[in-house]
Amino acid sequence: MQSFDLGKEGLRALNSALHALKGQTNMTDWEVINPKGAHAIAAGVDAPVNITVHGSTGYYCAGMNKHATIRIKGSAGPGVAENMMSGTVIIDGNASQYAGATGRGGLLVIKGNASSRCGVSMKGIDIVVHGSIGHMSAFMAQSGNLVVLGDAGDALGDSLYEARLFVRGSVKSLGADCIEKEMRPEHLALLADLLKRGEADGKAKPEEFKRYGSARKLYNFNIDNASSY
Amino acid sequence: MCGIVGLFLKDPKLEPRLGELLTDMLITMTDRGPDSAGIAIYGGAKDGLGKITIQSATPDADFKNLDGDMHDAIGQPVTMKIKSTHAVLEVPLDQIDAARSALSHLRPGVKVMSAGDSIEIFKEVGLPKDVAARFDVARMKGTHGIGHTRMATESAVTTMGAHPFSTGPDQCLVHNGSLSNHNGLRRELIRKGMTFETQNDTEVAAAYVSQKLKEGEDLGTALESGLDDLDGFYTFVVGTKNGFGVVRDPIACKPAVMAETDEYVAFGSEYRALVNLPGIENARVWEPEPATVYFWER
Repeated sequence: MQSFDLGKEGLRALNSALHALKGQTNMTDWEVINPKGAHAIAAGVDAPVNITVHGSTGYYCAGMNKHATIRIKGSAGPGVAENMMSGTVIIDGNASQYAGATGRGGLLVIKGNASSRCGVSMKGIDIVVHGSIGHMSAFMAQSGNLVVLGDAGDALGDSLYEARLFVRGSVKSLGADCIEKEMRPEHLALLADLLKRGEADGKAKPEEFKRYGSARKLYNFNIDNASSY
Repeated sequence: MCGIVGLFLKDPKLEPRLGELLTDMLITMTDRGPDSAGIAIYGGAKDGLGKITIQSATPDADFKNLDGDMHDAIGQPVTMKIKSTHAVLEVPLDQIDAARSALSHLRPGVKVMSAGDSIEIFKEVGLPKDVAARFDVARMKGTHGIGHTRMATESAVTTMGAHPFSTGPDQCLVHNGSLSNHNGLRRELIRKGMTFETQNDTEVAAAYVSQKLKEGEDLGTALESGLDDLDGFYTFVVGTKNGFGVVRDPIACKPAVMAETDEYVAFGSEYRALVNLPGIENARVWEPEPATVYFWER
């Protein structure tokens, strides 16, 4: 176990050490102590290692993550796991705005709530939120899956492309071109797998969710939709 | 950007440490805005006495014998504490208006930062650490306080353009964001009798809240009205003699984190501003909801 005291050694030293890990490495387990809300902790990691952050993080923790499994034992600031490529990021507490934004792959698990713009412009990432999410979540989401065990705020899935949204609780309002869709057997199977990987299989059953997706009316410019663009 | 910090103490035992805690919080927020910094502290109210915090670009000349001149002008006892470019004048509470009016004749170059029972505002161009050191903020005591570090977007980097803005007795407001309808609102408020020192958008928000309070609304209702009337991006933190309020616009792009324990309510633009507060490990930490007014009063 590599232990790193962020208060003593500083962010650049941590991220340099993590960036130096390429491909397979013997140093597979890392812990970061005294994060104290610092920005960009473990951003840009590109190796199959386990990193545990003991405390809450600031902006962009685990951003652009590739291959690593990063667990935050606290809450995360804005833009956690932004543009994640692969790997897993698990937050034991809450996440601030635009968690998992533009994410291209991997799995983001938020055990508490996520605030506004969760999964904005997601492009292949899977996000599992055990609590609720704020307004404008999954705005312009292109692909991937967003699973919410709690409620969703205003304008869910506004201008959505092909991402799938699964919400168990209430949805305050749907955004432009986002509609409820039929839950078919393949969606139940997908959800069962996501709940399991998202450490939520004991908390909810796939049958309890509703599926939301794109009505595909805004894909191409149509003058009749001018007010919705 | 811009960084905001705020601390509303519930436990009087922490009052001697208010300035020290706020200074640490504000310095942590330096990289959110290095242009200017300011702090409003509520404390040290004395029965029957009021405080006017003033600022001068030429303090040596302006503050020289100002207490004596003011005493002659209003015929009442006056004390003055000078802190760098600022000074706090203590006058009988019912003489605050008379003293402000006398000040404009005695020292036309002097600006009023705040006036009231307990508020003092210190603000200047520069980094939070330098501004805090200049006014010895770390040694100030009080019940609640608000700090701001500015990245200017809407008007010039000047002392008067720094936050907090005070536009009514014991009132102040700080802002992260920018307003888009401030020119129209300013004209309306001028018609209602408010006066302005700058072209700054935040000063309009402060005056808007002051006008609502003057019309008899409480702080919570005034901030609710602001959600309808103020257009733009904002996280506001507002102070009154007994209260402390927070509101974010409905889009809520501008960050905000709050923490509450039995001892205090704290605000920070980021969580890292709160990490050194006593008992933060066990505090309830949350993000204020968009378009939702929060306020605490003692």
